[in-house]
Parts: sequence; structure tokens; C-alpha cells
Amino acid sequence: MWDHEIRAMASTHAIIAASVFMATVLPAVLVPGFSVYGTHLLWLYSVSAAVTAVSVAVFWLLGITPPTKKHTLGYKLSRLVRSCLYFFLSCLFFHTVVVLYGAPLIESAVETFSLAVLLTSLTTLRCLCVLGPSVQAWIRVFSRHGAMSVWDTCLQITVACTVVGAWVGAFPIPLDWDRPWQVWPVSCSLGAMIGYLTGLVAAPAWIHYHRKQLTYKCK
Amino acid sequence: MKGLPVLSLLLWVCAVYFVGIYLFVGGFLLVRLEVNRTSTCGDVLQPGEEPGDFCRAQPRFRRAVLLIIDALKIDFARFDPNNTAPRPYENKLPVLEETVSVRPSHSRLYPFRADPPTTTMQRIKGFTTGSLPTFVDVGNNFASSAILEDNLIHQFGQVGKRVVFMGDDTWESLFPKRFHRSLPFPSFNVKDLHTVDNGILQHLYTTMVGDDWDVLVAHFLGVDHCGHRFGPDHPAMADKLTQMDGVIRSVMDRLQNDTLLVVMGDHGMTDTGDHGGESQKETDAAIFLYSPSPLFPAPPSQSEPDVVPQTDLVPTLALLLGVPIPYSNVGQILLPLFPSHGLTEGAVGGISQLEALWINAKQVNRFLETYSGMAKDIPPQSLAKLKAEFSRLSSEYLTAVGQGRSPSPQLAASLQAYLTSVRDTCRATWARFNPLKMAAGLAILAFACLTCFILSELSLVLIRENGPGLKAPVVVALAVGGCVAAGQMLTQGYVEVAWCLAAAAFSSELLFLWRAHRSRAVTVAKNSFKAPKCTTWLTPRSLLIPPLLVPLLRCASLLSDSYVIAEGRVVTFLVFSLALYIPIHLNWDGLLLPPSHDPLKAAGLVPSAALSPSTVRKESSTLLACLGLLIGSLYLSLSFHGCREEQGSCQPSPFLSPLSRLQDNQLKNLHYVLSVCSLGLWTYLLRRCLRHYGNLNSSGGTVFTARWILPLLSVCLAVHWAVSATPEDSFRNLAELISLAQLALPRAAFLLLGLGLFLIWLDPLTVFVKTRAAATARSTSLPPPRYRASTGISPQAELHHLIPQIYQRMRCSLNDGELSGGGEVDSRPAVEAYGLGTVYSAPLLLFCGLLGIGLLLLHPEGMALSFLLLLLETGALLHIHASSTTLSGLNGTHTGGFNVPWTPVVLWSLAATQFFHATGHLPTFPSIQWGAAFVGFPDGHTGTMLPASLVTLNTFASHILFAVSCPLLLFWPLVCEVRGSRGGRTYGEEGEDAVMEMRLRENPQQFSSALLQLSTRYLFILGAQVFASVCAAAILRRHLMVWKVFAPKLMFEASGFLVSSVALLIGVTLVLRVDVAVGRWFKRLVPDASR
Repeated sequence: MWDHEIRAMASTHAIIAASVFMATVLPAVLVPGFSVYGTHLLWLYSVSAAVTAVSVAVFWLLGITPPTKKHTLGYKLSRLVRSCLYFFLSCLFFHTVVVLYGAPLIESAVETFSLAVLLTSLTTLRCLCVLGPSVQAWIRVFSRHGAMSVWDTCLQITVACTVVGAWVGAFPIPLDWDRPWQVWPVSCSLGAMIGYLTGLVAAPAWIHYHRKQLTYKCK
Repeated sequence: MKGLPVLSLLLWVCAVYFVGIYLFVGGFLLVRLEVNRTSTCGDVLQPGEEPGDFCRAQPRFRRAVLLIIDALKIDFARFDPNNTAPRPYENKLPVLEETVSVRPSHSRLYPFRADPPTTTMQRIKGFTTGSLPTFVDVGNNFASSAILEDNLIHQFGQVGKRVVFMGDDTWESLFPKRFHRSLPFPSFNVKDLHTVDNGILQHLYTTMVGDDWDVLVAHFLGVDHCGHRFGPDHPAMADKLTQMDGVIRSVMDRLQNDTLLVVMGDHGMTDTGDHGGESQKETDAAIFLYSPSPLFPAPPSQSEPDVVPQTDLVPTLALLLGVPIPYSNVGQILLPLFPSHGLTEGAVGGISQLEALWINAKQVNRFLETYSGMAKDIPPQSLAKLKAEFSRLSSEYLTAVGQGRSPSPQLAASLQAYLTSVRDTCRATWARFNPLKMAAGLAILAFACLTCFILSELSLVLIRENGPGLKAPVVVALAVGGCVAAGQMLTQGYVEVAWCLAAAAFSSELLFLWRAHRSRAVTVAKNSFKAPKCTTWLTPRSLLIPPLLVPLLRCASLLSDSYVIAEGRVVTFLVFSLALYIPIHLNWDGLLLPPSHDPLKAAGLVPSAALSPSTVRKESSTLLACLGLLIGSLYLSLSFHGCREEQGSCQPSPFLSPLSRLQDNQLKNLHYVLSVCSLGLWTYLLRRCLRHYGNLNSSGGTVFTARWILPLLSVCLAVHWAVSATPEDSFRNLAELISLAQLALPRAAFLLLGLGLFLIWLDPLTVFVKTRAAATARSTSLPPPRYRASTGISPQAELHHLIPQIYQRMRCSLNDGELSGGGEVDSRPAVEAYGLGTVYSAPLLLFCGLLGIGLLLLHPEGMALSFLLLLLETGALLHIHASSTTLSGLNGTHTGGFNVPWTPVVLWSLAATQFFHATGHLPTFPSIQWGAAFVGFPDGHTGTMLPASLVTLNTFASHILFAVSCPLLLFWPLVCEVRGSRGGRTYGEEGEDAVMEMRLRENPQQFSSALLQLSTRYLFILGAQVFASVCAAAILRRHLMVWKVFAPKLMFEASGFLVSSVALLIGVTLVLRVDVAVGRWFKRLVPDASR
């Protein structure tokens, strides 16, 4: 039913997952002393950058982004600016939420913000790619009947997986195991990453499994 | 509504929970009374002639060295030359066996059996007091960990011996300022193998060579920490034991002739390196005795003891060093160290075996008599037997000594037997877990949780006429309990209440479950269309929805010490998560945004809206605003937490210290102003809320309370804070007045509080009735004049909450069986009732508000801020609940019942725990705010009941507040309904006025079922938490942290449950009281109206 889309989705996700992998391996080869725990922020930004770049490229090539009404350069520019603004605002939003969840307010603000950047590039960026810079559309997508295409459903699944992953990632922090991955924000960013990767796998699988039941209203 | 069945069901559930908790705690927590008397040299031991039994002879040793190697298991100390491939912990202490074989009269090695609980602190208490310390040693000074019982260190100090201590800093907290010199090292970090040991070794040898000591205590921790970190079977353990071998050798080389060396372990360890329990691996440590001068009069023989109990060290050391045996000692002397009768003359100042035994027996008998006079926990039969045995032995001994002949060796043996039996009796009473009781408690608690869950799911069925009542389970419980009691009477001769209760509770639970199951089946069969709803409530899918997943996570977190230590933050995290879940879930169902907002949805994918978009938008914005408020107060509440000692880098909240302790005047003023502002805001918000809903118009007791007592109470409190914060020396000439005020103000506040609560109870109605003549009613029949008001009511309040003519409608429908026509209504006089819509919630709200101020009185002043946050969070939670109920009404899920879903109940119960922490409390004993006992009683108390209840009220303030106000969750959606109806929503027929809580009177059956459901849900979540902490204590009873973390947590959780359930019952009873009052009010109105 949605075979074409599912195939496209699977390959897209494979490419994104590969980019995550490369963003972990390449610095490990190139940068001396690189490790996911030790130089966590470096890893975090490299992964964020890779995911951002690859997602933007792939979704732009695929043409998932909703068609713009106007084709003037000015309109496109304003969309770009708004997208960037939303990206930044979302970073701030995630930062606030994480702080409210109990992250230290001042001491490791850089780490918290980096986590917010990672979360943004894993979730908000995809919303931007799929839905464009429109908060109302984002809110609409996250409802039972809000998905209007396979890509929307995919977006729901990956975003939910990422957020739940980051949430679960906070669980080991209080434990007294003294492991390097318990340091803030390593476990949360790892959780988010693992959740994201799970979402990348789960979304096409779920959609494939439920492809008979899926019906969408046309736009 | 039927109040009695609801109340009795709740009472029964609570009783079952209590029995479960009582049984488990009875089997798990070992309680003993401390005897705060000390022995002195001049004591006269009965029966005896001359004083000075204790210090009769010259001490055999002038000095002693105690090397305590923590967790030195007997397996570590043994040496087996035939073992060619020793494990890392074997054959690493060859010095002990070498010495024993080369110099048998100078040294011995015995297994040294500790009593459970085998944790270091309890063990140190054990081998210094000679008693059997339990988890709860009920002494006078509960707050500090210092040993108050008579002990060896105290006795050494009494006779002027200089005790030098080095090592584990637990000693320093147990014996503060008792040492001549003390070198404590931090013991907390289990991963650190060397700090303590190296610290000791730096000073040990230099101290020994010097002459500045008589008793030297060195407590090495490396072996224990190595066990915890790596387990015994690890090369690190070999290194550590080899190091200890060297230490013992060096110490032995430096010993002088008049010095006794004792090398001992305080407990053993399991194969994984843990300890705390009662298995033989944990209890069997090693003890090694050595002296350069001959120590043992006889070579090792058959009569050597196989095992030396740990308590035996105390009388032995005392007699060898010439100090009185500590008062509470129940150990017996180590016989091989003393010369047998007839050899005493040769030895230097020694006492013979028999004399030592005799002194020992007299001392133990004296302790036993004192203890049995204080506490009744030793079974009377065994006590009588022991007494008879002692009098027989003493007469035998005295006649033998009186006649000058040497007593028979049998006498020594029977004295030993007497001492052993005393110790065994004591141990059976104090120092043994009762696994049977623990298991029974667990089972009863588990079934109680299940019962609660089923009750909450089937509340509607169970409250019906034909539903299974409570009579049968109670009758069966009584019968079974009686049978068990009779059986015990016949077989054992005495009744153990715990088991009768257990049998009764268990049988009634089972019967209830069975009947519930059957009645469910009947109901399902009767109305099969309801079947799917009834049968799906126990599938894993329905149990894993977030509102139940969150309590599950919470319960799971109680099983880990790290999470218990970080409990405050964990709970806040969970509350935050669940709060965020509400709007996300609503949005997922498409209910958060008005459907017309999105033109794409108008096509009819969702059922057509019952609410207009503007209402939805308003409700959503209310919800989000309240969510913001909730999150804000959650975040701010984090800054009021106290600190556990386990949390290293933690600063307790500055608001926790009382104002009088603040030095900086400006800061003090700031704190005071903040506190008073919060107090004022608390009062203002409460009154504002009541006024808003028109509850301040009548002249009843409750309104009087709200109008006068509430503000007066706040003023009282504010003045009290000011007075108690005044520095003592600032107003010299007013000192008397200040001390009087310190006494009078809190007492006045208590009185006002009691008066207010009593008035609310006496006259809970806040309804103001205005009767109009029939003629007036007719003339203005169609739109009732809403703006006509008596003086003192703002038009706005009236606009909102005048509830006119509602009563007529109800009465008409009741009298005539159907809704009567308009003409009939008009023929009666119209009645306007103000505040009828909040008739249930208003007294409850006021009750909680008053109680909150009363509880605030028991807290440090700074906590006023936290209490304000509590009020705000409560309000936010209630509004979120109300808004989400209204919004889900859109979905058609509103079935007409008043059922409160799980999410708000879970949030409510988690918030109780959250504010337990946010009011500066912690589940540890040192953190109990003892100051609360002295509020209004600055000179202390005579009894224990009053201070105990004050401290309990202080500790569980948030539990009490949340439990009492729990029924508000049921009322609030109805209270807030008015907004929806004004926004165009219509319930039932056209033109009906806001009915609010009167809906509850229309459906008494559903009201009582919803009330029952709400209470049982709340009890279920609390009970599940208790069950989880009980499980944690039972499963992890060998955990390193069991006495530091899990057992206190269990105690706090269990007492919190007790207090909460009582408070919940109070809240429910208040609601029922209001219901009765409303019923009477209506009855009074009937003749009034038809006149």
C-alpha cells in the first residue's frame, strides 16, 4: 500500500543511521584522544551536526518538505530564517525542560545546552524538515488523527522514541556505580541517541506491519 | 448516599493493611529497651555480703591492645599447611596459627560469633556493652547515635585508663569525647580500601612505643571494604590480609609483658562480601588472644569452647583489666583465661574461674531483674525459670563458700549453663528475624493491595444493595481469629496476638476477594454489554499506561538504595513526567485544541464537539497555565530539601534553620517577611476561594471559622515567629513577656485551631438561604433576579454562585417522581441558596487550610514558603484535573459517573511524598525535626504522648494535608463545571442552572461509589509504596545499607501510611458529615418551603 514510501523511508533511515555511525567513528580515527565518554561534547556536536546535515539533505532531495506557496526568493529566505529561529528556540525549550527536570541550573549549563542541541537536532529538526516551520502543524501531528502521511507517522514514532530514550537515560544518574557514562549528560544523550536509532528502525517496521490499517486523509 | 458502607469498607481495608505492616515490622525490626544504668566498683551485687565484687582482685593486665579487623571472617584466620592451592583469602594470616602452635599458653584462636544484625555499628555496640543491640535501641536520646548504655569504654574511663582510638570514625560517633586521644578516619567510602588502614598504621606503632595509653583500640576497615568492593575471592583481598598479617606481627613484637592483645573481627562476610544478616558466614568472625606473659593457665584441652559468642569479650576484658562489668552485659566470661579453683594463689592477682563466674552470674541476674522491671518483651515463663535457676545456684554457692569447702565442678558448669540460657533467652527476644512473620506480613500486604485495586475497580458493584457486603468477611475474620486464639491457648498455653490478627486478616481478605470475583461474574452475566469494560482491567496493557507505570517506577525505585537516597528528586521527576503526560495525552486524543481550530478536522473524523471552541480554548489555556504553575512550584520546591549524610556535596536549604539561629539581621528580616507574606497569601487565597464560590455569606460555624479564626490564627502565628526570632538579649526588660509569649502564642494557636476544626465539624454548612415570598417569585418568575443580594455580598460573587431554585427542582423531582411543570414550581416559594454549589468542598477546603496553618506552626518559619508552594501546587493539580475532565467530556468518555481517573490520584499521592521532602524532611532518624515537640512547650514535657504526636504531625505534615484533601479531587471538576456551562455547555435539559456539587446529591449511589473509588485508589498507591519498601527490607536484609537506608525508609513509609490513612478517613468522614448536614438542611427546608 505504501511500499514506495516505506522503501524510501528505510533507505533514508539507513543513511541517517550511517551518518551517526560515521560521526562517531571518523573523529575517533582523526582526533587523538577522542572517546564518546571522555570528549562527550565533541561527540555530541559531531553527531548533531551529522544528523542535521544528512537529514536536511535527504529530506530536501526526497522532497518531503511541504510545497511552498510562493516561490520567491524572499519567501524562501524568510522560511529559512524562521526555521533557524525555531531551531534555536527549540534548543532553549529543551534546555528549560531539562533544567526543570532537575538538571543543574548553572554548573553544567554548557552540557545541558549541548544535550538540548542534540535533542533538537533529533526531534525538532525532523519536524522542520517534514512539516516546515509551523508550530501548529507540529502540535497537530502529535495527535491520534493528526498524521496525514506515512512520513507524519514516522515522525511521531521517532520523536516519541527519542524523547522517551532521553527520559529513560536519566534513570541511571542517581545510582552509585561510578561509571563514566553516568556523568551528566552522557546517559541522557546516549539514551536519546539509542532511542532515536530505535525509532529509525521501528518506524518503517511498524508502518510496514500496519500498512493495511493506515489510512490518511488527503491534504 | 450511603456513608456507612463506604466508611466501613475503608476502615476494613486500612485495618488489613495495618495488620500486614504490624506483622512484618514485628518480624523484621528488633526492638529493645536500653537500660541507662552503669556499674561501679562499689556496687553491691545481690546476693552478697560485701560491696566491691567487681574490683575485688588486682587486675591481671595493665594494658590492652584491641586490633579490630572489620569483617575478619574465621576462614581468613585459619591456616591449613596442607592446602597447596589456597584461594586469595586462605592462608594469608599465618601468624595466628604459628603463635598458637608455638606458644599455646600465650595465645588462642577461636571462632567469634556475632549476633545479627551483623553491621559494624551494631557490632561495636555489641562488643563494648556486652548486650545484643537491635535496630531500634529505644533509648532516651533517639536523635544521636552515641551509646548511652554502660560500656567498656565508659568503664575504662571511670577507673582512669587512657583509651586511645584510631580507625573507623563510627567509634567517634558512638563514643563522642570518651577517648583520651582519637584519630578517626572517614569510613563512608566503601571503595576506598586504604585511607583508614594507612592512617592507623601511621600512628599505631609510635603510639604503642610511647607511654601515653592504657587501652589502644585500632579498627581496620580495609578487609571489609575489599569484601564489599571485590568480594573475598579476589587478589586484592590477599594483599589486604597479608598486610594485616604484617600488622599483627609488628604489634606482637612491640607488646610488653603486662599487655593483652586481642585481634578480632566484628563480623564475617558472605561469599559476595556482604554482611548484615544472620547466616553463619556473616556471623562467624575470628578472635585471637595473645600476651607475652602466660595467658592461659592450662594447655588447650577438650573443654575449650568451640565458638566464642561476641558478647563474651566484655566480661572477660572487664575482669582481666580490673574494671566493673558493664551493667547491661549478658555475655559470660571466657573460662580458659581464668585459673581453675585452687590455682589462684599462684597467679598474679587473678580470680578463679568460679569466682569470676559467680560475679558474672550476679551481674547478669541484676541486669535481668532491672530489664524485666522496665519492659515486658521477655516471656514471663522463661523469666521465672531463669530466676528460679539463679536462686538455686546462689544458695548452693553460698553454702559451699560458707562451709569453706571447694565447690564442686558441677557448680561451675551449671553457672555456665545459667549464663548461656540467659543469653539465649535475650537473643530469642531481641536479635532474631522472624521469617515466618515477615512472610505473613508480606502476603497480607500483597493481598491488601490487590483488594484495594479490585475495590477501586468494582466500587460501583460493591456499593450496591445486592453487592457483597462487609458483614461476611468481618464475621469470618472474627471467627478465624478466635479459633486461632483458642487453638494457641490449648496447644501453647498463651495467645500470640499477632498470629490471631494475621489469620483473621488473611481469611477475611480471601473471602472478600472470592466474593468480589463471584459478584463480578454475576454482574458480567447480567449486563453483558458491560462485559468488555469489566474484563479488561487486569491485562498487562491496561496496567502499563503511564498513570500506573509511574507508581510502578516509584515502587521499583524503593528497591535501590541510591534511589531512596535521592528520593526527593526522584519523586519530583516522576510528578513532573506525569504532569507533562496530561496535556500530551489530551493532545494525542485531539482534545487540547478546539476542533474548529484546524479546518482539516471539521470533516468529522472526531465526534462532533460538545464544547464550543472558545470554551475549549479557555479550558486548554487554564490547563496549560496551571501546568506552568505546577511545574514552577515543583521546581521551586526542590530548593527546600534537606540533606542526607550519604549525599556528599549537598547543602541543606537555608530555610530549614529556625530564624533564631540566623546571625545576619538583614537576612533574618528578609526571611521573616517572606514567611509572613506566604502565610498571608495562604490565608488570602483560601478566603478568596471561599468568597469566590459564595461560601462566606451565611452565619454558621464554618463561616465564622473562615472569617475570624483563620485570620486570627495567621496573625497568631506571625507574632509567634517574630517573638521566637527575637534574640534573647535584645530586650532585657521584656524577657519575661517574651518567654510568656513564647508559651502563650502557640498554645493560643493550638486552641484556635482546635476550635476552628471543631466548629467546622459541628456546623459544616456554608449555605446562605434566601427565601422569597411566593408572590415575588411569581412576579419575577422567569429570570430569577440574580443580582438581588443581601448586604456584604459582592455582585460578582453573586453572579457566579447564586444557585437559585435548584432546590425546588430537586424536591419536585423527588416528590412527584418526575420533573414537574413550571406552574407547580411557581406555586411554591422560591428559594435561593448561596454557596450550595460548593457545599461539600468548602468545609473540606477550610479544614485543610486551617490544618495547614496548624502544621506550619510546628515547622521552622522558612517552611511557610514551601507550604505556600504546596497550596499552589494543590490548586494547580485540582484545576488541571478539572480542566482535563471537562476536555475529555468532549470525547464522550464522560459517562455520567464522578469517577476520578488514576492520573490525578497518582499525582496527588506522589505530591504528598514530594512535599514530605520539600518541607525539609528525610526518611532518616537524625533528620526528624525534634524542635516540633517544643512548640508551645519550651520547658519540655512530662509525658511522651504529646511530644510524640507533635513530632509525628510535623514529620508527616504533607501526608496529612494531601490525604485529608483527597476528596477534593472528586469535587473539583464539579466546582469548575460552572465555567463550562456558562460558556454554552448544557448538561441535561435546556436552561438548567449551574448545579455543581448538587449533582452528587442527585446520584447518591454514584457519589458513594466514586468516593469509595477515590479513597481506595489513593490507599492502593500508598499501600503499594509500603509494600515495595517492605519487599526492599525483606529482600535486601543482608544489604550493606539495610539499617541505614532501607529499614528507616520502611519505618517512615509505614508510619506515613498509618498517618495518611487516618487522615484520609478523617477527610472522608468530614464529607459524610457534610452530606448528613445537607440532608438535614433539605429536610428542614421542606416544611419551610411548603408553608
